[in-house]
This record gives sequence, structure tokens and C-alpha cells, in this order.
Amino acid sequence: MATIRIPPVLRPSVGGEREVEADGATVGDVLANLVEAHPATRDQLFGEDGDLNRYVNVYLNDEDVRVLDGLTTAVTAADSLVILPAMAGGSRPSLRI
Amino acid sequence: MSQSGSELLRHIKGQIKEVDPSEVVQLLGEGVVVVDCRETEELTAGVLPGSVHIPRSYLETRIEGVVPDRSQRIILYCASGVRSAFGAHTLMAEMGYDDVESMAGGFILWKDRGYEVEVPRSFSAEQRERYSRHLLVPEVGALGQQKLLDARVLLLGAGGLGSPTALYLAAAGVGTLGIVDDDVVDLSNLQRQVIHTTDRIGTSKVDSAAETIKALNPDVNVIGYPTRLDASNIIEIIEGWDIIVDGVDNFPTRYLLNDASVRLGIPVVSAAILGFEGQLSVFAPGHGPCYRCLFRQPPPADMAPSCGANGVIGVLPGTMGLLQATEVIKLIVGAGDPLIGRLLMYDALAASFTELKVRQDPECPICSRDPEDIGDDELGVFPDYEAFCAASG
Repeated sequence: MATIRIPPVLRPSVGGEREVEADGATVGDVLANLVEAHPATRDQLFGEDGDLNRYVNVYLNDEDVRVLDGLTTAVTAADSLVILPAMAGGSRPSLRI
Repeated sequence: MSQSGSELLRHIKGQIKEVDPSEVVQLLGEGVVVVDCRETEELTAGVLPGSVHIPRSYLETRIEGVVPDRSQRIILYCASGVRSAFGAHTLMAEMGYDDVESMAGGFILWKDRGYEVEVPRSFSAEQRERYSRHLLVPEVGALGQQKLLDARVLLLGAGGLGSPTALYLAAAGVGTLGIVDDDVVDLSNLQRQVIHTTDRIGTSKVDSAAETIKALNPDVNVIGYPTRLDASNIIEIIEGWDIIVDGVDNFPTRYLLNDASVRLGIPVVSAAILGFEGQLSVFAPGHGPCYRCLFRQPPPADMAPSCGANGVIGVLPGTMGLLQATEVIKLIVGAGDPLIGRLLMYDALAASFTELKVRQDPECPICSRDPEDIGDDELGVFPDYEAFCAASG
């Protein structure tokens, strides 16, 4: 089972865990199993076209899967997936356009 | 068989290439790395323009940080050409560098010939004392401190991230700090915004930060912008700054800043924080990916939590802000490997750092183009921009 690192914004959708494990031979399979176990993650990870949302990056170990083979990138049990959503938390709540 | 020092020098010089100053003067700025291997205190007489300083005693341990490419052409010089001859021999014979030369006659001959030298600024007695720990660090030294004093760094916000960044950059002697913030100090800020004080609640953050900075280091000139960044003023505000420190809490401003900084070619040291987690990266136009290469578009407003709504542990912006300040200082003095093309994630609860690669996107809508072609009406625009801004208020 591959390890998936869950970012803060997704933790409420996986019962508060920082890391979860999921089966799968490819990145797509692992994420599909994550979504099956935690359905609330679906809309945050995938668009209506079934592709990863453009504001979410998924890394196999330290490499963006988009520069590998995307959702068909092969995964082994020793691999870690990192889900990285865009995060803007910073210093100034009042700074708005 | 033992040999005398002069015999050894003759032997070494027979095995390396020497280059005359008249040739070196033609090579400055032509892609050759010129390394000054004298001791720090010898630099007061001046240095070759554009040279980097690695004292001979640190040459073997530091050369790879400065010149990782073994095929790069390197010219070493010292005062007279002796230490640089030994250094050139070591780099080629022991460390596998292919193309290292020693400048014959060293700095003394260079200066006698009347070629241009850069003379490090003379520091006041107070500055020598104030920055003495920097002057002792080879990566900073007198030249690095001069660069810090000449540097202009713009901070977006004097809040959680901006507070520690501003304090340490001011302490380091960054000569000009710009601060953009239209907010006033609030009691709820003081859990993390350490540049402000309880007795300044209700006063402008720009003024409060400037007061603290002036008290810490009178060398620093503070330029305040008590305004909000928007598409109409961003170019005017950020133009002319050497480095921008970004820690704003909302996506429209991050995209706006990215696009404007790519257009103007200004590096941005960027951090984001939430809860117990932080992200950090350096976006240097022309040298690596931009923010849009990392995230083509922001999440919808309902999936974009901010610290104001979700909270943040007070020390976290301190940690991330100081990592930003560290990257700023590295960029200014030219030391080490900046966090370009990499993203550092810090998980405070796990006490762990994770590094991810950030690739330049050949189809990036902003940084794949000629910067001059990025129009005013494109700055900060992304799909569903209107809806995003309406939803985020």
C-alpha cells in the first residue's frame, strides 16, 4: 500500500489523518481508492472531466506526476504520494482585491 | 624526497596554466568564474569586478557550492599568484576540475597595470561592530555586507510572515525595506506579528513596523506604502525593488504579484501558512518556474481557507518568515543554493520538512512568454476570476 500525505485542507475529509494508505498500481488507482474510502475528497481532487484539478498537484515522492505519466504513473508500496493544494494563508487578512 | 617551498612552487607552476592579467581583463563578464582566494582582511584594497571570494583555506570545501560544474572555466587569483597556483593545482589534480587557471602576478600586478578594481565600502566603526558576525562569515564578509546595505527588499504585509522577516532583514543591515500594508495593529495580531506592540494597537502597521525597525537598526531606510496592492498600482509599487517577499493571504494578490514580477524580472520569495503547516519557494523569473507553473489556477473560493478564518499557530509564521529572510539574504549575497525550482513543506506537528520539485511549465500562460508582451489587462487574471473575487469578498 502506498502512503498518501494529506494536506490540512483535506484532513477533515479523511477523519483528520495526516497520512493514509491506499492500494493501487498507478497514481490514478491509488487516488480512486482514496476517494472510495473518503468520498468527500472527490470534488477537491478531481474535476468533472475526471482529471486532477489544476489547483491540486500530486507528487510521486518528490516529482509532480504531471511530468511523469500523470494518473497512469506506476506506484509501488514503497512510494509516497504527496497531495499539494494551492495555499495562500499568510499575513494579511485584509489584503483583498 | 622532500623539496623546498620554492621548488614545490616551481613544480606546481609547471603543471598548471597561468593567465596574464591582460587576458583576464578581456574575460570579465564573459562566463568565466573569477575566484579571489585571498583572506578576508586582504580585500580592503579592492577586488576584481565580478569576482567571488573563497579564501584559499576554504577553497576545497566551498568551490562546489560556487562552481558545481567541473567543466566551467575558472580563474583563481590571490595577491601575487602563489596561493592561486597551489589552489588551481588542487582543483584540477585532486577535485577533477577541467579548466582552472591561476592569474600570474595576482592582484598586485592587476592593480599595478591600472585595471579596474571594486573597493568594498568602508564601514563606520559602529557598522564594523554591528555587523562583525557577518564580516566573519566567508559567505557574507565585507562584500556581502555591502550588498546587504545596498539591497532594496519589498515586503508585502507587516503581518505574521512580514514581521519576523522585516526584523531579521533589518538586523542584517538590508539597507532599504519597503512595506506594503494598509492595515492597523489589532490585539488579535500580537499572537504572531512580533514587530508590533500592545501600545500601538490602532496605529498603522507600516508606521509601527518602521518604528521598530528604526529602533533596531538606524542604517535601514523604511519606505511605507499604506495601501492595498491592486492591478492599478502594482507595477508602480514593485518596480525598482531587488527582491519581493510575498506572504499575502489571498490568491488574487498572489497571481497578480506573480504576473507583475515576471514582467519586471523581480524574484519573489514566497511563503504560505495554515494551521501547523507552511510552504516556501523562490520564484526567480528567467531562472526557474513561476507561481503559475506551480499552480495554474487557484482553488475555488470555498476551498481556499485563510488564516483569518482557520487560525494559525503563532510560531509558524515566525519559522516560515525566517526561512524567507534566509532565502532573501542568500539571494543578495549570492551564497548557497536558493530554493528555486523547489518547494519546501514544513509540518510543525510532525517536525518534518518535505522537499518537492517545481518544474517550469513550457506552456505557462505567463512565464513562457516574452515578459514585455504581458499586458496590463492580463496581470493577475485567471479563469473564473470575477466569480472568485465576488465569493471571497
